[in-house]
Amino acid sequence: MITTENVKEIISIVKTGRVLTDESDRFSYSFDGSFGTYLPDVVIQTKSVEELATLVKLANREKIPIYPRGQATSLSGGPLPVQGGMVFDLSVMDDLLEIDEEDLVAVVSPGVLTSNIHNAAEQKGLMYPPDPSSSRVSTIGGNLAENSGGPRGLKYGVTKDYVIGLEVITPQGDIIRTGGRTVKNVTGYDLTKLIVGSEGTLGIITKAILRLIPKPPASETVMAIFNSLVDAGRAVSKILSSGILPSKMELMDQASIVAVENYQPSGLPRDAEAMILIEIDGHPSAVTAEAEQVSKVCKDVGAREVRVPKTKAETEEVWKARKLVSPAIVRIKPTKISEDATVPRSKIPEMCRRLQVIKKKYNVHLVVFGHAGDGNLHPNIIADKSDKEEMKRVEQAVAEIFEAAVQLGGTLSGEHGIGTMKAPFMEMELGAAGLDMMKKIKQAWDPNNIMNPGKIFPEPGQKLVLSE
Amino acid sequence: MKQDFEQLKEEIKYEKTNSCVQCGYCLPVCPTYATMGKETHSPRGRINLVKMVGEGRITDLSVLEEPMDLCLGCRACETACPTGVEYGSILEAARAAITRRKKFSSPVRTLRNTLFKEVFPSRKAMSFIGNSMWLYEKSGIQKLARKSGLTKKLPSHLGEFEAITPAAVSPQERSSLPRVTPAKGDKKYTVAFFVGCVMDAMFRKINHLSVKLLTEAGCDVIIIENQTCCGALHAHSGELEESKSLAKRNIEAFEREEVDFIVNNAGGCGAMLVEYDHLLADETLWVERAKRFSEKTKDISQILVLCGGIKAKDLSPQWVTYQRSCHMTNVLKVTKEPLQLIQSVPNVEFIEMNDANMCCGSAGIYNIVNYDASMEILDQKMENVRDTKATTIITTNPGCLIQMKLGIERENLKESMRAVHLVEYLAEATGITESPNSVNL
Repeated sequence: MITTENVKEIISIVKTGRVLTDESDRFSYSFDGSFGTYLPDVVIQTKSVEELATLVKLANREKIPIYPRGQATSLSGGPLPVQGGMVFDLSVMDDLLEIDEEDLVAVVSPGVLTSNIHNAAEQKGLMYPPDPSSSRVSTIGGNLAENSGGPRGLKYGVTKDYVIGLEVITPQGDIIRTGGRTVKNVTGYDLTKLIVGSEGTLGIITKAILRLIPKPPASETVMAIFNSLVDAGRAVSKILSSGILPSKMELMDQASIVAVENYQPSGLPRDAEAMILIEIDGHPSAVTAEAEQVSKVCKDVGAREVRVPKTKAETEEVWKARKLVSPAIVRIKPTKISEDATVPRSKIPEMCRRLQVIKKKYNVHLVVFGHAGDGNLHPNIIADKSDKEEMKRVEQAVAEIFEAAVQLGGTLSGEHGIGTMKAPFMEMELGAAGLDMMKKIKQAWDPNNIMNPGKIFPEPGQKLVLSE
Repeated sequence: MKQDFEQLKEEIKYEKTNSCVQCGYCLPVCPTYATMGKETHSPRGRINLVKMVGEGRITDLSVLEEPMDLCLGCRACETACPTGVEYGSILEAARAAITRRKKFSSPVRTLRNTLFKEVFPSRKAMSFIGNSMWLYEKSGIQKLARKSGLTKKLPSHLGEFEAITPAAVSPQERSSLPRVTPAKGDKKYTVAFFVGCVMDAMFRKINHLSVKLLTEAGCDVIIIENQTCCGALHAHSGELEESKSLAKRNIEAFEREEVDFIVNNAGGCGAMLVEYDHLLADETLWVERAKRFSEKTKDISQILVLCGGIKAKDLSPQWVTYQRSCHMTNVLKVTKEPLQLIQSVPNVEFIEMNDANMCCGSAGIYNIVNYDASMEILDQKMENVRDTKATTIITTNPGCLIQMKLGIERENLKESMRAVHLVEYLAEATGITESPNSVNL
């Protein structure tokens, strides 16, 4: 619990920013895109790294929890101040966005919106590939902390594949630099990769150096419709083994097709079991040839229809259907539990089958869509959180989805992070010794457990609770 | 006690807050989040505060007061929202709940009552107030707002508003419009013209020009008696009951004539009129009548386009830009027609400004009661306006028009830039003059 003395000290440290303590402000930093409301004691907004470091020293001395926060689009509870304390609103650190065309890097401060990096890079003919669908709202700091993915993960990888250097405030309040501006760097342990995806539990990222690549000059889209979900899965594997690496491969199951059609009709086939959208990018002539080949593979596997949109408008129309899945499904019921269990590509059809079994067993409204190409499916359960009995069934279904993913050699989370919701399942995937190793790292870095406490590691006996 | 809580939940429309999944897509489009820089002044933050009241976590409604007051109500968030949260409805319900529980000091209550119940709704009173008087009346609102704690700062900026007050119009011009003005040439439609309270009192010239443009386009234009203020200013200030009663008066008045459309020239009013069916959704006797009214409500730009556009003559070559009315864009969803009309004028180059859809900070009486916040938003807007190098800013709502004029004044651009209503601009382009004689008075 934070004392009045602490607050006074915090205010005296923050000379260039704001310290928010009003009830309305505290409630406004109590949530994210996942579940639960947790009131912080104070919210701090400052652009000064030195001030933040001094605050961390204070927190470390007084054992006050610190919760770094971007714009709180997290779907796993990353920024939730579950033990009160201080929230650092890092979205205010949005000033630094430099594109270096010679070194092919971007240097950014944590509050910069991911889409602003996309735009700045594109203006110079370059590309920053990670593209979480929240990129117009999410900050790069949040993306780094959670190691965000996105549709382009299939070909280009995820956030961690593009970070080569960081500036970090350690839990002791020291400012350190990891990595640098070179792609090759083997000096010592790779702390950059350790920090990325550590969900704010090891330190606060205050600057990052990101790798950029030349922007592919052309792209083309193929849409294939299948009568059977298994055929769609086979098409995905066949395409990937035919020597083509598409930039995106998105799957929509029947439930999501129907939901989108009910929401904004655009003539999608309600009776189809699955639809896949494939994007190929690269040199114009290669793109055209590969799109033809992809179309052929889909037909060979048994697609009932293959469409290749010709104009930009047609292409946008096709992708709009995929974008509409999330909004469409929450029209059914208000509460969306969005999972991102990921399996090896070859296991996609089997994962889809198991998801259908789980759906029936617990009688839940389960919709499956997502990044089929990299095995990162998004099974979403649509429920009503005021229905306690239903939420109990949802909890059980979610647990079984995790089990299925792990049994198939996959993982709990492909891109959303562990946060609060998936913490209880960590041991299932990592084993006791594996989890213990991670805990030891955490203890070595942050012996007073002040950095984002209550995340990733389960409390003894902690279970998934969705019914508040 | 429990019953009271259930009633409060209903009052603040708690149920509607549940469709917010807190994705944050509304953040980049919210003008107050951009200028005030905290979640408390974002749509997601405000919805969460209402949600917290509904879940019993916040028991003191005054916690919500400032965040709700500082919302412009531009509803840009609704266009960005992937799940269709009815933000406008949540905001108005929250404001009404706060107002109901608020203990105004008695002189303040009297002033509020006079303003909202007697001044805005009365064409007579508004007519009396007239052009420049209106601003003094606005200053009355400001004093009221200050006393009631809506704004903590002493107003010191009224002179700025005076400078941009439209020149007083001659008594001839102030005379009422005729009950029926027949179409020029072949009649295409019969329309009822909604005069509005601010438009009528302050920009009657624009109303005159509107009627002329409509008749030129082929409409019989009827001015219906007993019409009143649309109730938007009331609804936005938490006086929901009063706005409902105004809505009913308007519905009754306009039902008396058989018309194809009810036409207005103020985005803010249009947005209110078109949502009468939402406003009266709980009143079974009214909802169908309200629906019929709302369906007939159109902005003047829609009707002009429907009638085949305007007969524009050559203007001297110039650059113009368009500051959209938020309510026109986000609520009425009228976006193409004004542009189509602007671009139909020969020799005119239309330059889109950056962040064109961002609110200008006028927002009803927001620029008076939340002056500083409003000016911060205006300054950002003017930067984007300046970049276009346009000499004319076109608007489609009286509040925006005043705000743009204020912006020009503040930036010392008076020599090189002007702000006009779309109707004024189109009248100029078609050679329609302001002289009342040619309106067949």
